[in-house]
Amino acid sequence: MNTLIFRTVAPYLSALMMLFSVFVLLRGHNEPGGGFIGGLIAVSAFAIYGIACGVSAVRRAMKFHPMSIAASGLLLAVVSVLPSLFFSQPAMTSQWLALPFLGTVIDLSTPLFFDIGVYLVVVGAISSIALSLEERAD
Amino acid sequence: MAATKTTVDITAAMVTEAVPLADWLLVAPVLLTMAGGAISIIFRKKSATQPWIAITTIALVILSNIGLLNHVLTNGVVTMVMGSWLPPFGIAFTADPLGALLALTASVATMCVAVFAMNSIAENERRYGFYPFLLMLLCGVTGSFLTGDIFNLYVWFEVLLISSFGMQILGNEKVQIDGAVKYAVLNLIATTLFLAATGLLYGLVGTLNMADIAGKLKAFDSSGPMLGLATLYFLAFAMKAAAFPVNFWLPASYHTPRLVVAAIFAGLLTKVGVYALLRVMLLLMPEGRDWLASLIGIVAIATMLTGSLGALAQTDIRRLMAYLVIAGIGAMMAGIAVGNEVAVSGAIFYSMHSVLIMTALYLLVAFMFQMSGTFSLREIGGLYIRTPLGAGIGLILLLAVAGLPPFSGFWAKLLLVAGALEAGRGWVAAGILVSGLFTTIAVGRLWIFAFWRGGNEHTVDGIQALPIAGSSDASEISWSIWLPLVVLTALIFIIGILPETMMSITENGAKTLIDPTAYIGSVFGGIR
Amino acid sequence: METLFSVLVGILFAGSIYLLLSRKLVRILLGIAILGNAVNLLIFTAGRLTRDVPPIIPLQSYLPVEATANPLPQALVLTAIVISFSFLAFFLVLGYRAYQELGTDDLLDMRVAEPKEHSEPPLGY
Repeated sequence: MNTLIFRTVAPYLSALMMLFSVFVLLRGHNEPGGGFIGGLIAVSAFAIYGIACGVSAVRRAMKFHPMSIAASGLLLAVVSVLPSLFFSQPAMTSQWLALPFLGTVIDLSTPLFFDIGVYLVVVGAISSIALSLEERAD
Repeated sequence: MAATKTTVDITAAMVTEAVPLADWLLVAPVLLTMAGGAISIIFRKKSATQPWIAITTIALVILSNIGLLNHVLTNGVVTMVMGSWLPPFGIAFTADPLGALLALTASVATMCVAVFAMNSIAENERRYGFYPFLLMLLCGVTGSFLTGDIFNLYVWFEVLLISSFGMQILGNEKVQIDGAVKYAVLNLIATTLFLAATGLLYGLVGTLNMADIAGKLKAFDSSGPMLGLATLYFLAFAMKAAAFPVNFWLPASYHTPRLVVAAIFAGLLTKVGVYALLRVMLLLMPEGRDWLASLIGIVAIATMLTGSLGALAQTDIRRLMAYLVIAGIGAMMAGIAVGNEVAVSGAIFYSMHSVLIMTALYLLVAFMFQMSGTFSLREIGGLYIRTPLGAGIGLILLLAVAGLPPFSGFWAKLLLVAGALEAGRGWVAAGILVSGLFTTIAVGRLWIFAFWRGGNEHTVDGIQALPIAGSSDASEISWSIWLPLVVLTALIFIIGILPETMMSITENGAKTLIDPTAYIGSVFGGIR
Repeated sequence: METLFSVLVGILFAGSIYLLLSRKLVRILLGIAILGNAVNLLIFTAGRLTRDVPPIIPLQSYLPVEATANPLPQALVLTAIVISFSFLAFFLVLGYRAYQELGTDDLLDMRVAEPKEHSEPPLGY
């Protein structure tokens, strides 16, 4: 598995996959995609990087412990439920904010933040499983 | 891409009126525990602050649940739909007195366990995630009690199940892994059967909202598929509740985890199964319950007898308690088998009582182990001389679990027996009373052996044997162990002395279950 | 179509129950995996089957323009797949650990929690 070609390609490949995962995450509201599938793509990127360069390199690249990432995602998802509280609406009712930015309009919404939360939970939880399994294989 | 391109009017399918702030109490327990769990995962390395995060969160959950119960009792059944989508499109959270009462009781029991664990869960086990698991478990349990959507109930079941797996193997001992295999496999099969039943139910009525299902099944003209579904649900939930003959996973696993973990399992997990049975059998499929009533009655009696006779035959105190859990499950199922208002009220009362008493009893076992250094009925003894207060607490708790007055278990059993006699099911009443007798013998033996006699087996009366190595003195027991025990005992005592308030709540809960008009009305009628 | 799927679900259930009744832990885990898939297929079939029309609403509209496949069972199945996948991962690790710690994958030999020779309860005071 651990050939020179693979080790050379892996960082670029996983960087590309990370980028793609964010793309899939962001287009998820109106088109196929979303936090869960985006998170899985990101985990695959980490897994490929881990197979090529070792688990410790992945842990360094992730900066934070996977469980912390998952927990902060959960917290973000919970927080994204709350804004409708201030508008006397039921929980999880979506709130929209159109933000003009450099001549275009960015639609920010609570479902987006919920989705980002899901993304982080999936990235954190699955990568912590994957990394511990890879560690065992070493 | 906000709502600018409206080609059809979707406001007809959405909540448009302002929602009172009090309705947020419905989702608050779930949100709080989830957030608390997330925060305690982030601070998992700081094992000194962990308990305080958990205790603060659970305290907030208790406050919110008190508010919710009050809200439900004054305003009737409360519903909140997620994302403003009207039922049956949005997932509804619906609290009736049954759900709100059990959620409150569960959070109180979890609080006691969280405090108790401060001293009995080791440093590395805290770091492994005891408190996050505890909070997520409470999240799953309160979610199950408050949700009004049957698929959502399945999801909460899985949330509590996966946290319970994590807690079960806390400590990583051989015996725990052995227990975990049996516990995990059988519980997963039970939830998968539940999911299968839910899939079939969806195929039958095309909806997952419980109020909608209740209304649609009532109008359903052919009862055949519904009876099959009721049986499948009964099997799945009986397995989760550990009813005879699918109870064997419980005594095989409940003595293996840490005792605080066993306390929260015994207090909450089987009760979730009973709650689901109450919900599905009485609210959704009353016709199925009528059809199954005799079977449920036989299963209930067999469960009670297995539990009480099993408790008599144990040497290990922990396994004795596991059988007492099973005996209690039988009593609650007897209430479902009888099915009239008094008996269902008794079943709800008993569930509430059982959450408190089983948590307290396992905590008592942990306390007894610390005092004596053994779990064996043959070796334990002499605890009365060393801790009269502990012996008093033990006596109250053990009499309460047997259903003797003046403690909370008595009123629950009274209601159950009265309901059974009223419905002309004398044999169910007889089963409850006989199993109560056996339970009394079992717990009486336990108290005499552990507390009253001077030392281990064959100690001559009037002589106090020397304490066994590994035991500790009563003065060394920290407040974090006394406090939960005393609080739980006090609750059980106060409910036993002043049962009227509790009885009116459970009666209210039984009425809402048996006549679902208020429940359906809350979900569909007055869109709040 | 539904009939065919129902038969398939039945076959999957039969296979999984056969495996669940086995004494070997690995077979039980395989049985659980098949059981999860059988139930997923069951939910999918219970939601009625429609071919070729994905439940996607065009951008300009708030309603599907024609009768589409039922999206709800798909959402349910997706949830159930995620859950059963994570449980299976947990079980595989648990089964492996059990084999390492207990030295057997035969359930009849897994008697650490409930030893065969247990002392009798005290028969006298």
